[in-house]
Amino acid sequence: MSDATKLDYLDLDTKDKTFLDSTEMVLNMGPQHPSTHGVLRVILKLDGEKVLGTECVIGYLHRGVEKIGENRTYTMFNPYVDRMDYVAAVSNGLGYCETVEKLLNVEAPPRAQYIRVIMTELCRIASHQVWLGTHALDIGAVTPLFYAFRDREEILRIFEKYCGARLTTHAFRIGGCIYEAYDGFEEDVKKYCTFFLPKLDEYEKLLTTNRIWVTRTKGVGILKPEDCIALGVTGPVLRASGVKWDLRKAQPYECYKDMDFEIPTGINGDTYDRYLVRIAEMRQSVRILQQAVERIPTGPIMAKVPKVIKPPVGEVYHSIEAPKGELGYFIVSDGSTQPYRVRVRPPSFVNLQALDTMVRGMLVADVVAVIGTLDIVLGEVDR
Amino acid sequence: MPEESKGPESVSPLAEGAKAPAEAASPDKPQAAPPAPAAGVKLPAAAASPAPESKPTEAAKPTTPAAAAAAAKPAAPAAAAKPAAPAAAAPKPPAAPAKPAGPVPEPWESELVAKLKQQYGSGIVEALSYLGQKYMTVDSSILPEILRRMRDEEGFDYCVDITAVHYPKREQQFDVVYVLYSFAHNQRIRVKTRIKDGEHVESAFSIWRTADWLEREVFDMFGIVFDGHPGLKRILLPEDWHGHPLRKDYDILQQDKEWVHINLGIESGQ
Repeated sequence: MSDATKLDYLDLDTKDKTFLDSTEMVLNMGPQHPSTHGVLRVILKLDGEKVLGTECVIGYLHRGVEKIGENRTYTMFNPYVDRMDYVAAVSNGLGYCETVEKLLNVEAPPRAQYIRVIMTELCRIASHQVWLGTHALDIGAVTPLFYAFRDREEILRIFEKYCGARLTTHAFRIGGCIYEAYDGFEEDVKKYCTFFLPKLDEYEKLLTTNRIWVTRTKGVGILKPEDCIALGVTGPVLRASGVKWDLRKAQPYECYKDMDFEIPTGINGDTYDRYLVRIAEMRQSVRILQQAVERIPTGPIMAKVPKVIKPPVGEVYHSIEAPKGELGYFIVSDGSTQPYRVRVRPPSFVNLQALDTMVRGMLVADVVAVIGTLDIVLGEVDR
Repeated sequence: MPEESKGPESVSPLAEGAKAPAEAASPDKPQAAPPAPAAGVKLPAAAASPAPESKPTEAAKPTTPAAAAAAAKPAAPAAAAKPAAPAAAAPKPPAAPAKPAGPVPEPWESELVAKLKQQYGSGIVEALSYLGQKYMTVDSSILPEILRRMRDEEGFDYCVDITAVHYPKREQQFDVVYVLYSFAHNQRIRVKTRIKDGEHVESAFSIWRTADWLEREVFDMFGIVFDGHPGLKRILLPEDWHGHPLRKDYDILQQDKEWVHINLGIESGQ
């Protein structure tokens, strides 16, 4: 209790209340709570089981990624970005490489773009699988975790065959890709698409009409579209609230403009809609994969980029649609080999801010569901 | 990526009519051309072999475009010629020819900027476009007004990011950068302001709620105080930590030794 008196956010009455003579209590959840997905600490102000307000305490995983970026060359910093959102490392790398390319005013050759899109979409599926498994586990369904991780394994195998790493892949380089697609890459991806679609039906069979799942998620953590925009929430969370906005369509990068896919949206902006949107997104990713694999052109995979990367003086903000939302990089170059400033605009960090709005008036158990549905990765929140 | 630059670019002609592609591009090219030799000379000295290799070939080109600007445009993206380029290159002529010289920020001319300049005069310090990305620097005294106006009247309803950059050698040491996006126009701009060390900035929390954590992070990392913020305190570092690590005078190995000693019971975190 002593800790709680320090919080100005919750506007606590600091008079000598003890636990018993108070109808409100302050509960500390985390940082080691299993359903906070890492080291998130949430301080809850409760009236019985009802949540009156929350405050997130973050930073337990802060490694100073932005400071590191200023002290490394552009090339050296590339692997570091994988360590932010480590379940979607490929997307992080893509965003960084593209931003530096923009700063250098070069563009990856078409074949590299296709390889990048294939890898990124695989990564999106893998990230959503981790979300689904852990989110369902939080709510009490154990089976989806095993199903999702079993199927994610196949994606990680493709990653491993492509670049030798499964998690922090460092798959791309500034200017394109360093690895040519291995023999049978296309077949592997095609095989995965046909393998995965029935599995996706399997997930849905387990959850979509499951009465417990529906009761635990429908109407929980509602976020109105105007709240989403005011809070800067992006990604599936925004789309589940009915805002049809996806950077892959709005400001297409790589070869997304050649791809035919839909932006799934929800209606109610609740946890159930967010579930449906992510499931639908996985289907769309499969669609993109199937098209990309068919159309992958031949040619070089690396643009002409100097060995020593020294972008001209200037600054650039560029963002991509990562599995969790808008992942932006703001890089200031002073013309030297090291970035003068690297700013990462992490989707998880901004989305997590919506937690308080979403859980006020709900139950403690819903907090767990909402943290799960926000799909945060603490490595990215804290950087 | 050029696709992205295409977005904002295609919006500005809407506001400016046909003026932007034809007029804005050609006067800039002569400006862009002179620096070309300079950059070409500088680079071989500074960087090793690979850089000059690509530069001279490209640097040779601007001399022709300088004369016949529009014609040489498609030739500029020499290295990574892409199949989709013809379509993509057409709407972004200003960025492409600038490339060999090292892209130069061009003045950002649009109805919006003209309006603001008329109203605030020298309050709008500069409005530039770099690689197709638009940004303006405004005086810190009119910043809240500009930001509110951006949301209410110009449709920039989504505050993407708030961050800062430290330039210790300048008198106004900090750039506070607001990245704004408009869903209606599919346009992203940056509004910047320069402040001195210790100077406060008005909080944007009442304009965009997302500013809450973003400003706390800027405060945590740079020590910039936002007036009117509902609970300005550190967010990533411990609350009793001393120092603001993203300032340039904060060494990468530096840390709050006292804090580490008291809280972790070790001499150093290194």
